[in-house]
Amino acid sequence: MDWQALNLSLTLGLWTAVLLIPAAILLARLLAWRLFPGRSLVQALLALPLLLPPTVLGFYLLTAFGNQSIVGKLYAALAGDTLVFSFHGILLASIIFNIPFAVQPIQRAFESVPVSVREAAWCSGLSNWQTFWRIELPLAWPGVLTALVLTFAHTLGEFGVVLMVGGNIPGATRTIAIAIYDRVQAFDNASASIMSAVLLAIAFLCISLIYFLNDRLARRHAQ
Amino acid sequence: MPNKSINIQLRQETPIPLDLEFSCAPGEIVVVVGPSGSGKTTLLRSICGIHRPATGRISSNGTIWFDSKQRINLPVQQRRVGMVFQHYALFPHKTAIQNIIMAQGHLEKSQRLDKAHALLEQVHMHGLGDRYPHQLSGGQQQRIAVARALAREPDVLLLDEPFSAVDQQTRRKLVRELVQLRNRLDMPIIHVTHNLNEARRIADRICIIHRGKTLQIDTPQNIMTRPHNAEVAYQTGHSNIFSGTVSRHDAALGKTYIQWGVHEFECSHQPDFAPGTAVDWLIPAENLILHRRDRPSRGERENPVTGKISEMIPLGESTTVSVEFDDQQSMFMGVPTHVARRNGLETGATVTVSLLSEGIHLMTKAGTSSAKPS
Repeated sequence: MDWQALNLSLTLGLWTAVLLIPAAILLARLLAWRLFPGRSLVQALLALPLLLPPTVLGFYLLTAFGNQSIVGKLYAALAGDTLVFSFHGILLASIIFNIPFAVQPIQRAFESVPVSVREAAWCSGLSNWQTFWRIELPLAWPGVLTALVLTFAHTLGEFGVVLMVGGNIPGATRTIAIAIYDRVQAFDNASASIMSAVLLAIAFLCISLIYFLNDRLARRHAQ
Repeated sequence: MPNKSINIQLRQETPIPLDLEFSCAPGEIVVVVGPSGSGKTTLLRSICGIHRPATGRISSNGTIWFDSKQRINLPVQQRRVGMVFQHYALFPHKTAIQNIIMAQGHLEKSQRLDKAHALLEQVHMHGLGDRYPHQLSGGQQQRIAVARALAREPDVLLLDEPFSAVDQQTRRKLVRELVQLRNRLDMPIIHVTHNLNEARRIADRICIIHRGKTLQIDTPQNIMTRPHNAEVAYQTGHSNIFSGTVSRHDAALGKTYIQWGVHEFECSHQPDFAPGTAVDWLIPAENLILHRRDRPSRGERENPVTGKISEMIPLGESTTVSVEFDDQQSMFMGVPTHVARRNGLETGATVTVSLLSEGIHLMTKAGTSSAKPS
């Protein structure tokens, strides 16, 4: 059992969720309620990671983060390090890769909040910010929760993109999924099976949590 | 003393045409009636500031809320409106009392709960404050929506079809409660509905609109008996509406005469229409007298006209009889079913009908300049 890899995966999952969810809330709210030119294009772009093979996405991100790229140069100037083959590199890749998993459930949740409820909040004297904080967000909460758990669980299981962008550096970029692959390559099936079981358990736990919390919220706020 | 009325003047072509102008005084209920898509909800959304009309002016309690010329457009939150939405739009994750407290941002925190409970009592919901909206019936949700609208201590109360989502029995009860409540409220109340019967029961004045345009604003009595034009008459449920020409006036006798095909009818004096003017006219069904065959009927000398029964529709105690005349125009009247049977009324039978002269009401023909309103 590679505890370091598990720890790295959990850290990566947590940071991805923490950084991505607030941005996803704003983006999802915009997509749910605003009609703007190019909206379909933006949505298609955001959904792309769902369809692309992780290696393809990984390849593009590797190119985009490379030392010759603008992003890579900028990062090097700021942090004095390379973005590829670093934890920050796989964190950024993980955030991009998880956008649809975070945005879509939240967008659906915002879409299900009736327009009249928001208007009623304004008519009750609530400012736009108060309406967001006290009405919209609590009502969209099941979607946010789903997005949070999905993003976390999905990051834990991610393999292709992380391998492409981060390689396999113990303590820096070797996640549990990569560690499993690594163990199988080394014919260490015992370790691989333990780590696979741990990942399976975490995934099952996360999905169960989503269903449980959503059921509970639905019961409490049934309309 | 500031003028506590609300004055509304709106004009726009798109997305929904509006051409409206009316005021509503404190304590008055103006009911805006029109078919679906006539601009009723857009009117309310313009008043509360959710929709920005192209041009116009809205002022309430001495404050200008909207003025396209002066480029004034107060945001929703700065307009003191209490709005009851069609499907109530309660906050589903808040209890009834929390829904009310949400609208009390203008009050000190310490005052909110007491006032919210007082409002609950006012709408007969005492003891149900801890329930969530989904635990309340439609009628109870409506009461909470009214309480929430009043919690803002608004300058005007707006009601968007508030009785459309409840059953008939609850609706009657809620209408009664609204009328009682209104006696305690000193604010203008604007209520929109497509239901004319509901409007007649609660309105001080009814505003009939069609495609966003005010057709008539008047007391329920006048709207029903003295519609300004055929469009209002259709909307108020009249079916005996015809076209004719004013032939002459006799001021001494207090009569006006109109020509309808080959017939000349005598009606009450309506001197606003000059002789020769083409008019629409109506006769409410209750002013049509069916002549009995065996003995004379009351008023049978007034405007008799003979035709054939073209259709009879028995609806329980009353039968709708449609009488067709030579020129193929029909008049409809209701006759007690037993009377229809006793008189042997049947399709194809020849009957004579009298049009009571005081019941004939003349209206400006659509597209012509209007006569002075009566």
